[in-house]
Amino acid sequence: MAALTREETEALIQEVLEIYPEQAKKDRAKHLAVNDQSLEKSNKCITSNRKSLPGVMTIRGCAYAGSKGVVWGPIKDMIHISHGPVGCGQYSRAGRRNYYVGTTGVNTFGTMNFTSDFTEKDIVFGGDKKLAKIITEIEGLFPLHKGISIQSECPIGLIGDDIEAVAKKGNKEINKPVVPVRCEGFRGVSQSLGHHIANDAIRDWVLENRDGDDSFPTTPYDVAVIGDYNIGGDAWASRTLLEEMGLRVVAQWSGDGTIAEIEKTPKVKLNLIHCYRSMNYIARHMEEKYKIPWIEYNFFGPTKIAESLRRIASHFDDTIKAGAERVIARYEAEYQAVIDKYKPRLQGKRVMLYIGGLRPRHVIGAYEDLGMEVVGTGYEFGHNDDYDRTIQEMGNSTLLYDDVTGYEFEEFVKRVQPDLIGSGIKEKYIFQKMGVPFRQMHSWDYSGPYHGYDGFAIFARDMDMTINNPCWKQVKAPWKTDASSEAVKAAA
Amino acid sequence: MPSVMLKKNSEGKLVFYVPKKDLEEVAESVEFDTAEKWGGEVVLADGSKYYFEPIPMPDFPITLRAKRVDSGE
Ligand code: SF4
Repeated sequence: MAALTREETEALIQEVLEIYPEQAKKDRAKHLAVNDQSLEKSNKCITSNRKSLPGVMTIRGCAYAGSKGVVWGPIKDMIHISHGPVGCGQYSRAGRRNYYVGTTGVNTFGTMNFTSDFTEKDIVFGGDKKLAKIITEIEGLFPLHKGISIQSECPIGLIGDDIEAVAKKGNKEINKPVVPVRCEGFRGVSQSLGHHIANDAIRDWVLENRDGDDSFPTTPYDVAVIGDYNIGGDAWASRTLLEEMGLRVVAQWSGDGTIAEIEKTPKVKLNLIHCYRSMNYIARHMEEKYKIPWIEYNFFGPTKIAESLRRIASHFDDTIKAGAERVIARYEAEYQAVIDKYKPRLQGKRVMLYIGGLRPRHVIGAYEDLGMEVVGTGYEFGHNDDYDRTIQEMGNSTLLYDDVTGYEFEEFVKRVQPDLIGSGIKEKYIFQKMGVPFRQMHSWDYSGPYHGYDGFAIFARDMDMTINNPCWKQVKAPWKTDASSEAVKAAA
Repeated sequence: MPSVMLKKNSEGKLVFYVPKKDLEEVAESVEFDTAEKWGGEVVLADGSKYYFEPIPMPDFPITLRAKRVDSGE
């Protein structure tokens, strides 16, 4: 199918909006836009980070999900208590596939679920005593843990528990950091505020721990990788490239990360931000307080990787600059082979994305390296600054949709007819049943890593095996072909 | 009176960031921009204007309070 023109795309948006009642139509219209590269600022075309409409299907999560699931959860040597009823933690347990090394239950705790398991009694009489007891118990049962975070679920804010006081007492008792996080699910409009609250908790309770302590030997090449959650091993595939070019990665936030790394981050020379949305807050804080500059980078696909490596190197001396060139040259044969193999099979295929965080814009380059085109993209919980960064990455007259509803997404797909959709698990089966190839792009459909040169090879293979899978030809029942239905009509 | 985080970008231009609004914009002009006196009216690339109480040149990046000058919205 040929690309839609600007007018056609605009008409499509109007058509999709038709079904809504007046008020809802007005609201949703602000979240749907046709991309226009000549715009410098996204607020001229799209509204984001607003409350979802009641009654529509949204794909967003809650603030607790943003803090426990995204920012804090992957810090592997801490125990994160899902404070409140059992469900929030249990149903989200280990879902993001943040890989880590260590022995689970002994010195790492990533895939385990710790909860205060609130019952009626705790809601009525308060849960602070229970929380204090849990802290003591954890210290007894898991002595090798390096700290505790208290991830508040909705009821904590409603009943007015003083988790800060419990945390301070706990900290004295066990002599390890105990961090209260006020990330109750009802705060904000999406998981995005949870990221922010989690960043603030790190700022207030962890980051200063080693201020004035110079015992950690530093080098001029110290960097921290921020906003890489090691989904399927992403951070490892990124880290090797940085180390190969001569940098020393002091901290990984927070995939396969430890609290000690986070405490040492204020000592680095440069912060490297992959997921801007979830961790720009702490980078900005460190810039102001410790004068550590930060830059965004993108490790999806060889074009963006080379660009990013050079940009990172430009902050250092010539040895690192030479290092970056060396890394790019070293992997050239490898990634060129991947492109040569898959590009002919994927050339011209059109992709629609609807994901969160950094991906709606960051993966575009990787698709383009394979000759594919992203014709629609949107963020679950992006803000205006995310869309600012997206406009230039997307082609003109492509679709932008913010906090898209289930209905809108389906209608867009029916009309645009992409060759591939990349979105979440809740969308997967709808579109597969519609016969559209689909990749779950939150945790790489149980594959990965996708970052770095190693990741690109896996990315290309996965896209190929999804799009060119013979099963898509079998989705339609043979008697439902156009020709046979004509015949039926003729016979009747 | 929004808090504004100010920093210099790689071209040495002043970058304005208002966390509450996700507003990130380059400053086109600063009324007073000397070592002894910095501040006054700051005009952003999108045309909006903010006012800072003049102070001696601060050490960027820094968070300062600003007043919106135009009543755009
Ligand atoms: S909204 Fe509240 S109850 Fe629901 S998962 Fe989030 S914290 Fe738990």
